[in-house]
Amino acid sequence: MKLTPKFATLLTLSLLIALTPFFFPSGYYYRVGALIFVNGLAVTGIVILTGYAGQISLGHAGFAGIGAYACALAPVHLGLHPAFAVVLGAVVSAAMAWLVGRPILRLKGYYLAVASLGFGILVSMVLNNERELTGGPDGIDVPDLGLRGLLKDMGLTLTNGEFWYFFGGLCLLVGAWLALNLYDSPTGRALRALHGSEIAARTVGVDVARLKLHAFVISAVYASVSGSLLALQNKFVTPDVAGFMHSIEMVTMAVLGGVGSVLGAIFGAGILTLLPQVLTVFAEYEQLVLGLVMMLVMIFLREGLLPSILRKLRGTGE
Amino acid sequence: MPLSELLQFLFSGVTVGAVYALVALGFTIIYNASDVVNFAQGEFVMLGGMITWFAHAAGLPLPLAALIAISATAALGVAINAFAIEPARGAPVVSLIIITIGASIFIQGAAQLVFDKQIHSFPAFSGDDPIRIGGATILPQSLWVIGGALAVFVALWAFFTHTLLGRAVLATSNNRLAAQLVGINTNFVMTLSFALSAAIGALAGVLATPITLTAYSVGIGFALKGFAAAMLGGMGNPKGALVGGFMIGLIEALTAGYLSSQYKDAAAFIVILLVLFFLPQGLFGRKSTDRV
Amino acid sequence: MTGRDSGSALLSIEGLGIAFGGVKAVHDVSFSVKPGEIVSIIGPNGAGKTTLFNMISGIYLPGSGRVVLNGKDVTGMEPHLLARRGMSRTFQNLQIFQAMSVLDNAITGYHLQESGSVLADMLGLPGSRRRARAAREGALALLARVGLDRGAEREAGNLSYGALKRLEIARALALSPSILLLDEPAAGCNAVETEEIDHLIAEVAAEGVAILLVEHDMKMVMRISNHIVVLDHGEKITEGDPMQVSRNPAVIAAYLGADHADG
Repeated sequence: MKLTPKFATLLTLSLLIALTPFFFPSGYYYRVGALIFVNGLAVTGIVILTGYAGQISLGHAGFAGIGAYACALAPVHLGLHPAFAVVLGAVVSAAMAWLVGRPILRLKGYYLAVASLGFGILVSMVLNNERELTGGPDGIDVPDLGLRGLLKDMGLTLTNGEFWYFFGGLCLLVGAWLALNLYDSPTGRALRALHGSEIAARTVGVDVARLKLHAFVISAVYASVSGSLLALQNKFVTPDVAGFMHSIEMVTMAVLGGVGSVLGAIFGAGILTLLPQVLTVFAEYEQLVLGLVMMLVMIFLREGLLPSILRKLRGTGE
Repeated sequence: MPLSELLQFLFSGVTVGAVYALVALGFTIIYNASDVVNFAQGEFVMLGGMITWFAHAAGLPLPLAALIAISATAALGVAINAFAIEPARGAPVVSLIIITIGASIFIQGAAQLVFDKQIHSFPAFSGDDPIRIGGATILPQSLWVIGGALAVFVALWAFFTHTLLGRAVLATSNNRLAAQLVGINTNFVMTLSFALSAAIGALAGVLATPITLTAYSVGIGFALKGFAAAMLGGMGNPKGALVGGFMIGLIEALTAGYLSSQYKDAAAFIVILLVLFFLPQGLFGRKSTDRV
Repeated sequence: MTGRDSGSALLSIEGLGIAFGGVKAVHDVSFSVKPGEIVSIIGPNGAGKTTLFNMISGIYLPGSGRVVLNGKDVTGMEPHLLARRGMSRTFQNLQIFQAMSVLDNAITGYHLQESGSVLADMLGLPGSRRRARAAREGALALLARVGLDRGAEREAGNLSYGALKRLEIARALALSPSILLLDEPAAGCNAVETEEIDHLIAEVAAEGVAILLVEHDMKMVMRISNHIVVLDHGEKITEGDPMQVSRNPAVIAAYLGADHADG
């Protein structure tokens, strides 16, 4: 069987997910892994929006916030099971993305950047201000998903860390598989075409505004599910999940690893998730480092780390 | 009394609007010179306030501290153009957006380390005694802000229309290639545009801080509102920046006064959406024709 | 003007005009193109040829006049809607999807045929894969026709200029257009490449596709055109078959005069 990029990516991810636990010195690392997978899912959505379609959102954490707080609030106020809350969050995010995106994606690139920036700030503001509903800046508890208990009943006992590591890994694999299918599909080609030349894409019949909207909505759903998983695994969420810095982190992860490549972006998510674990002073320097990374990558290594490394290994040209 | 209340809101709206007008003007100058939307524009405002506070707290007289702040920020603007924008000339829009946002975050991060995370201020220029007008009060510093903004706009208008250098800047913004062909040093024009833009932003910060206070993180808010103002007025139009700025300020103040003070910052975002929905070219903008 | 039967016209341009900032770039231009006919637009630099093209293909909104395609008024219609109605074009300055492979570039030409539900695409459903496969086969056939089928997986950005011009034509043909607009297809090409494009255009026209051409290479224009429209300073100064146009003193004056004025 030919080693297609899709197969190679999924295989690499599966192997990493399955095999790295053998090297974990302690159970704590399951939590780190779970966090990497959650971030990886979000940046896979960024790959679709920014890597495939070439559009930029500076407020995607707003959707993560919607997904996260849906899991916190829907079970309590609407009696929904957390699993359905995830779906609700995704639907609301998709709807908001559609509403905000529709008029804006007809215009030039920086309008989406600013509008999405404003959107993210607005969501963050609401989550912070509506204390009665959301618990305000102090955060709010999130009910248990119940899946771990279900598995236990069926005979499979996992610690909380182990469960979220493997469940998160599975979600990431599904997300990556969908994104990879999209890449080589008619829709994916149309997205990449409009990224390459909007004029030419229009000329071959691509409805550019409509397709950009598709990409925006799809990536919003990825961010929303990612936020939901984060809330469920921590059983707690604060408005920071919708904050500006979270939006920036998502973009930087994708850009660093390779915004056009699913594996690359996940790789970037891995690096930037691990960094604060390794460098405890990272929190203070986070903005400095992220800002620097964004600038340097875009000036010198626009493809991102992973594609550049692979290119070097393969040798230049054909 | 409701009328004096309205007047109060109008005063505060015009004050903060003057700041937004200056931020919008900074956006406009750089956008006209290079088609780049400089997301770091808000950081210039932050630096104007923070550096002035820092220098003043270190013992320097206020006017000198302000001068240092404005010059240092202008120099930073030039550095951003030289090290971050120029190397990426010709890159797709998305890359440039990421670069300027990266610059903005970087500056925020650096400010956090060099200064601190606290809120700061410095004394108003001519005292704090509120002036009573029609049942409402206005701070003397507000008059400095409004006056300063208007003075900048007038000075820039004179510069662009009556000096050779100013007209060269305009020519470059109209058509960079044509400007080069007639011998205008477009690199210098770019450098000048960034320096000017940064200085204007810093001045806004210097004037506004005694009223609005400052901290390392205020940049993004100013950038968003300044951008809303520039868009409302028509991206690239200085007159639009002035009108847009005051309008955003007024909308914000009226929202804070009559609707909700918690969500006043959301007003600018709502305005952005409304403008994009109904009037994408802004009040004074021209509809663009696509070019192949 | 020559007496032309415009009753069977596929594309009819009527009084088309546009002004940029007060300058009339194109003014009151009218002509028509029949199926299987090759019509060339010529004129000195700055005559408004590309502007005219852009108005016809929906990239500029005309200030006045009409574009009628297959009897329907399509003036100012957006390019992607014109594509649905059978109009296809290439670009003077090459609008190739640089980061995509040669093959993918050609497949994008099949967008209207291969596109379906986004969800089906993301799930990799059989219907989606079937459509993609059909498009891929069609694209390979077209690439073979223009001589680009070998190395079709290479990144398009690596190809030579002449090869990219042929790629653009392949992409444009994938739409199975009823009218093909070619914007300087032979520009920058050597004699061999020009001849290949020559043959290709003749073949396509023989299949019944109407062709509207902007070109500077006079030998090529005279060789392949059924009909020529001459523009100068945004206005049509004459039209006719190659013989008539080449002898027309106004045409000769426009070219010589333009050279003179350019200094």
